Amino acid sequence: MYEHDVIVVGAGGAGLRAAIAAHEEGADVALVTKLHPVRSHTGAAEGGINAALREGDDWELHAYDTMKGSDYLGDAPAIDTFAQDAPEEVIQIEHWGMPFSREDDGTVSQRPFGGMSFPRTTYAGAETGHHLLHTMYEQVVKRGIEVYDEWYVTNLAVTDHDDPEDRQCHGVVGYEIATGNVEGFWAKNGVILATGGLGQAFDHTTNAVANTGDGCAMAYRAGVPMEDMEMIQFHPTTLPSTGVLISEGVRGEGGILYNDEEERFMFEHGYANNDGELASRDVVSRAELDEVNAGRGIEDEYVDLDMRHLGEERILDRLENILHLAEDFEGVDGLDEPMPVKPGQHYAMGGIETDENGETCIQGLYAAGETACVSLHGANRLGGNALPELLVFGARAGHHAAGKDMKVAEIQTGLSAKSEDSDVALPTEPGAVDATPEDATADGAMVEPKETLEHTVEQERDRVETLLAEDGINHAEVRSNVQETMTENVNVFREESALEDALRDLRRARERYTDVAVADPSRTYNTDLIHTMETRNILDVAEAITLGALAREEFRGAHWRKEFQERRDEDWIKHTMLAWNDGSPELYYKPVLLESEWKEYEPKERSY
Amino acid sequence: MSTIEQETETEPEESTDESAEPAVESPGERRRAQKRERARQQEAERVEESTSEDEETITLKVFRYDPEVEGKEEPRFDDFTVPFHKGMTVLDALIYSRDHYDSSLTFRHSCRQAVCGSDALFINGSQRLACKTQIADLDAGTIRIEPLPHQEVVKDLVVDMEHFYDQMEAVEPYFDPDELPEDELEEQRQDRENREKVKMSTRCIWCGACMSSCNIAAGDNEYLGPAAINKAYRFAMDEREGEDRKQERLRIIEQEHGVWRCQTQFSCTEVCPKDIPLTEHIQELKREAVKNNLKFW
Repeated sequence: MYEHDVIVVGAGGAGLRAAIAAHEEGADVALVTKLHPVRSHTGAAEGGINAALREGDDWELHAYDTMKGSDYLGDAPAIDTFAQDAPEEVIQIEHWGMPFSREDDGTVSQRPFGGMSFPRTTYAGAETGHHLLHTMYEQVVKRGIEVYDEWYVTNLAVTDHDDPEDRQCHGVVGYEIATGNVEGFWAKNGVILATGGLGQAFDHTTNAVANTGDGCAMAYRAGVPMEDMEMIQFHPTTLPSTGVLISEGVRGEGGILYNDEEERFMFEHGYANNDGELASRDVVSRAELDEVNAGRGIEDEYVDLDMRHLGEERILDRLENILHLAEDFEGVDGLDEPMPVKPGQHYAMGGIETDENGETCIQGLYAAGETACVSLHGANRLGGNALPELLVFGARAGHHAAGKDMKVAEIQTGLSAKSEDSDVALPTEPGAVDATPEDATADGAMVEPKETLEHTVEQERDRVETLLAEDGINHAEVRSNVQETMTENVNVFREESALEDALRDLRRARERYTDVAVADPSRTYNTDLIHTMETRNILDVAEAITLGALAREEFRGAHWRKEFQERRDEDWIKHTMLAWNDGSPELYYKPVLLESEWKEYEPKERSY
Repeated sequence: MSTIEQETETEPEESTDESAEPAVESPGERRRAQKRERARQQEAERVEESTSEDEETITLKVFRYDPEVEGKEEPRFDDFTVPFHKGMTVLDALIYSRDHYDSSLTFRHSCRQAVCGSDALFINGSQRLACKTQIADLDAGTIRIEPLPHQEVVKDLVVDMEHFYDQMEAVEPYFDPDELPEDELEEQRQDRENREKVKMSTRCIWCGACMSSCNIAAGDNEYLGPAAINKAYRFAMDEREGEDRKQERLRIIEQEHGVWRCQTQFSCTEVCPKDIPLTEHIQELKREAVKNNLKFW
């Protein structure tokens, strides 16, 4: 058994920032990651980091843009905290050596981004995430913070009190990929989940193969509610054949979208008469698909993104990486021809319910970054807001878990924050099929830290042994069933019957998963086993996304419903919440906070 | 994997699973079946259009080894025949082989877009990222895929990266300025030329291709290697750090197993998937070190 004060699961941007913060507070902190830190998907972020740094800008404008971008589903205390902390965090990483792009006077450059009222997006070429990830990992090395790389965390060690709000998290169980060794990690102060995205629930995604929603699924099964899971961002500019992301920076620098008739459709067809290509991502994604559906798509599939007019010098200076991506993954020379693009799954606005300090309703369990929902992005995340989020809330979670004295959070978590039950009719029963031990936490009276951890370690050893010993079907079939139904039925445009189909398909996939087994008998670097366990997590998050999408009967932000073509503020300024409830999921709602100690927001029509 | 590929799949398990599907079709399934049918027709039309691409397949010859599995303790090569499509990368073909033929086929991969640095492999005799290598760009009909040379093989295509990471950490790979602006909201200044100077060196994704290609590193296990020296370059040339730190950095790369070991064979520069001019950076550090030593004479 390993022992540390704070265990951080995942070593992308949020995890690294959290670990550094906990270390600053004097905690003995360790990072546990299924990859090596520099392999994390933060490294693929391209565009930039928003922060109000300059005269003429201030945090309140950034907060206002973020609230508007969220379509009034973000919580004011989260948004205001974020916008106030972001400048300090950005300068902090500059002090850690981040190679930002620069102005002539040597200051950090900032460029315009979609939905921003001021050019406040700092960047490092079109590979901002790569530099952010490496800069922070360097600081982890400098501080000698312990890293358990290529250890896959399979479960959380949580006490089994009946009420999730009485539960405590005492650590995690890790599987060492190289050796097959299953070990407990005792976290004396807290566990911070920073496991990133869940894009592998879809089959056309900008996300890495490793983005399987592990943190969400583990927290969900342990009793932490999932929040606004239906809010999935589809990025408007991904390469059609692979889903590789083409940064919003291209449009920020002046790139133009054309349809098959060479019309600049964002303006010519009235999708965003003011901001055009720089409207919010949800608006641009729908516009592109509307164009394709109206028969004006290129090869009936995509539109063109043209940056040739920016000139070679500017492109090489600020967007060079885009040239490489278009060339390597689509065979297109962006200096010579437009780049084909279409919407692809990009980001989960929803996730593990936390407050402004990263805390969940389970004591000692935190979440930060994409896996968390604080809620900062609400129904739509603005470009350039994900990287400052992982800095701000990664740092806050790290500080809090290490015992720093912080202001009590305004945001309430757990079932006690419930304002009403959901009465949505489901076509099939969701949740666990033949609940296994990892489905039901409350199975006894285990409350002591070590006992809880040891019990969970035994349970995970059994799970691994069973998967290795039995014969059964390959998880890859189940995974692709899930990805297909999600992309077919729970995409940009959603309608009731399709969402119900998806739930039925997911139910069948869950049933098939009970027959899954690992063909590779080896204890050495068994990726078959890892992928099989990840597929279980993909099933849980895919179902949560679909349940949320069926429940939310309105059109808000990224969530479009055929039957409900308007934002319905009287009924729907509330978060869609989903509790695992030991295998029988329960949908409910909690209020959105449009007021913080600093500001009050009035919902307005959202036009760009 | 796309639907088209699954349909061309002829493994017996596939048909068994199809027949195990519930009898009642949901509208979603019907729609998907129609979509598959459309895709099949389109694919058929495409094939008709260019008869030269008729049912094109490629063959992978993949290194296999597992120290604890019978039949794999002795390294061997397995062949996988995979349907080819335009734009297919070596990583796509490996994933197809794993998901359709042998789930125990083991390799690292994550981002699929040449930034996580997980999938550097020895492909047809040179170090490349599998995700960035288009099959159409490889001459040979059969593609030979092996783990990175000069590193211990853990299993199949997975090598032990610990030594590489140790060398990276040996150069104190972190920004460490002599002084910082007093105001915590004020950034350090860096002019564009200086940022440009370090730009290429900051692109390193730690894939290990350079180290694996280097003859010196193969013969001298303590040699820092191209990636670590490049990392040192990244900081030594960054004007934000200051002169004192730079002296320390030059001392580190000047050690017995440092820059002077490099014999400028350019193999690292040739294989670097991010086009970092590694050999030039090493040479420049040698010059800096010489200048520095003269100064203190």
